[in-house]
Amino acid sequence: MSALAVTGLSIRHADGRELVHDLSLALAPGERLGLIGESGSGKSLTALAVMGLLPAGMAAHGSVLLGGTQVIGTPDRRLNRVRGRAAAVVFQEPLTAMDPLMRVGRQLAGPIRRRRGLRGARLRAAVLSALAEVRLPDRAAVAYPHELSGGQRQRAAIAMALACEPELLIADEPTTALDVTVQAEILALLDGLVTGRGMALLFISHDLAVIAEVADRVVVLKDGSMVESGRTRDIVREPRHAYTRSLVDSAWALEGELDRLAP
Amino acid sequence: MRGRLTFAAGCALVGLVLAVALVSLVWLPYDPADTTGGRLAPPGGAHLLGTDKLGRDLLTQLMAGARTALIAGIGSVLVGGLLGVTGGLLAGFATRWLDDALSAALDIVIAFPTLLLAMLVAAAREASLGSVVLAIGLGMSAIVARLTRVLVKRVLAQDYITAARTSGTSWPRIVAEHVLPNIWPMLLVNLALQLGLAVLAEAALSYLGLGPPPPNASWGRLLQEAQATVLTAPTGAIAPGVLLVVLVVGTNLVADGLRDLADPTRRRSR
Ligand SMILES: Nc1ncnc2c1ncn2[C@@H]1O[C@H](COP(=O)(O)OP(=O)(O)OP(=O)(O)O)[C@@H](O)[C@H]1O
Ligand SMILES: [Mg+2]
Repeated sequence: MSALAVTGLSIRHADGRELVHDLSLALAPGERLGLIGESGSGKSLTALAVMGLLPAGMAAHGSVLLGGTQVIGTPDRRLNRVRGRAAAVVFQEPLTAMDPLMRVGRQLAGPIRRRRGLRGARLRAAVLSALAEVRLPDRAAVAYPHELSGGQRQRAAIAMALACEPELLIADEPTTALDVTVQAEILALLDGLVTGRGMALLFISHDLAVIAEVADRVVVLKDGSMVESGRTRDIVREPRHAYTRSLVDSAWALEGELDRLAP
Repeated sequence: MRGRLTFAAGCALVGLVLAVALVSLVWLPYDPADTTGGRLAPPGGAHLLGTDKLGRDLLTQLMAGARTALIAGIGSVLVGGLLGVTGGLLAGFATRWLDDALSAALDIVIAFPTLLLAMLVAAAREASLGSVVLAIGLGMSAIVARLTRVLVKRVLAQDYITAARTSGTSWPRIVAEHVLPNIWPMLLVNLALQLGLAVLAEAALSYLGLGPPPPNASWGRLLQEAQATVLTAPTGAIAPGVLLVVLVVGTNLVADGLRDLADPTRRRSR
């Protein structure tokens, strides 16, 4: 059974716009897929549709099999049993993705309690070890989100997603809001955790260089439609679609620029 | 720090009036209905603050008036808060058309002047402290409901709600753990402000003769009664005015202090 199988997914706004058109992609357990496209191409909407959490006024058509459950048309209550277990999400902006009035430790404790049924001292210990897993100190547990740095916050958000022990981790531009040096740390951390747990990974980004680092395969999205898909290596070497070529060229241009600056 | 200071100052002022009201329950200098003090006796002697034009002891009237002011304020906030928060939560979570219907109903109630509402309630029931509380509370409930609705909508649009939902958190749990904690600080601040406004509303109604009728003492009616003799016997107008200001400023300070204390992002970055 695949971790995720999306077939012919279309997302339509109530005003008639089709924001995602006939998208298909599949992820086997433990596989890593990159979803790349410029801003507004429908990447985040795709991630939300996979979770069955499209914003009000939008409807999905087609088929989304998440951990074997059909997401489209399934009542919210039943999906709640699938969310978290089958897939969890790390968002782009960690500050807004955490409750500003709740200490980090408590936010982490929620999914751990629900997923593993721990209470009291054992729950506290599990929270601390979850923090340690993303290399956060114990005192992060008593901090409010705004008291952590951007990088620490994203680590905490990753810990929250992992606390659900998902089969699939969806990372929606998890490093875009961060400094370049912090980006590399977070990428390395994600890489290690996904490998360690044998999770599947759907990595969303508009940066081909980042995708090339973490994903075996890539799907290229433009204006809501898939224009190309295949092994990351092949696509970087010989992109077929003009849009993909422009992505590759700009990535190489940046690389060349960096080489020139720091030989 | 500033928040704590403001809060303490507000509590002191409100506490003062509360203490007076509590004392009035067990002890008053005179019977509130006792008119044997002589017309407009000056302060001092047997009547510490003098008497009013009906010969009643002013201090007694003020103390009993504190009770009325607080009952009106707290009662209205209870009625308005209960109805308003419930209605606001309903509207905040409601589907499109129910939300539209509730919002339209709220706009109509809000457009209704509290005075008119008070007259209608008094006409429908009888003029009493309970009617005043009901009228002020009903008017307040619409305002509180509208605020609650906006706060709920704003919280529901936040990323952390989506994040909680992606991890499979159920709706009741999201409401209890994320929605309510994120709206109650603002609600509490607003209810503290509404308490002050309700006290003022009771005084205004009494001033206009629409308030709780005698034997309820009322600062607003004291003001109205002292109006004609404000130059010859100023204490009768100044004293209830000062008490009103003390209570209303007190509740506003409490609200201000709460605003700072309830929000951890403010608490740390003072
Ligand atoms: N809540 C919404 N209501 C209406 N339109 C929306 C909403 N969310 C997204 N859209 C529209 O859907 C399209 C795709 O948005 P989406 O957020 O999926 O883009 P994205 O690929 O994630 O972009 P980015 O890289 O900037 O995050 C955009 O044109 C956007 O305007
Ligand atoms: Mg996005």
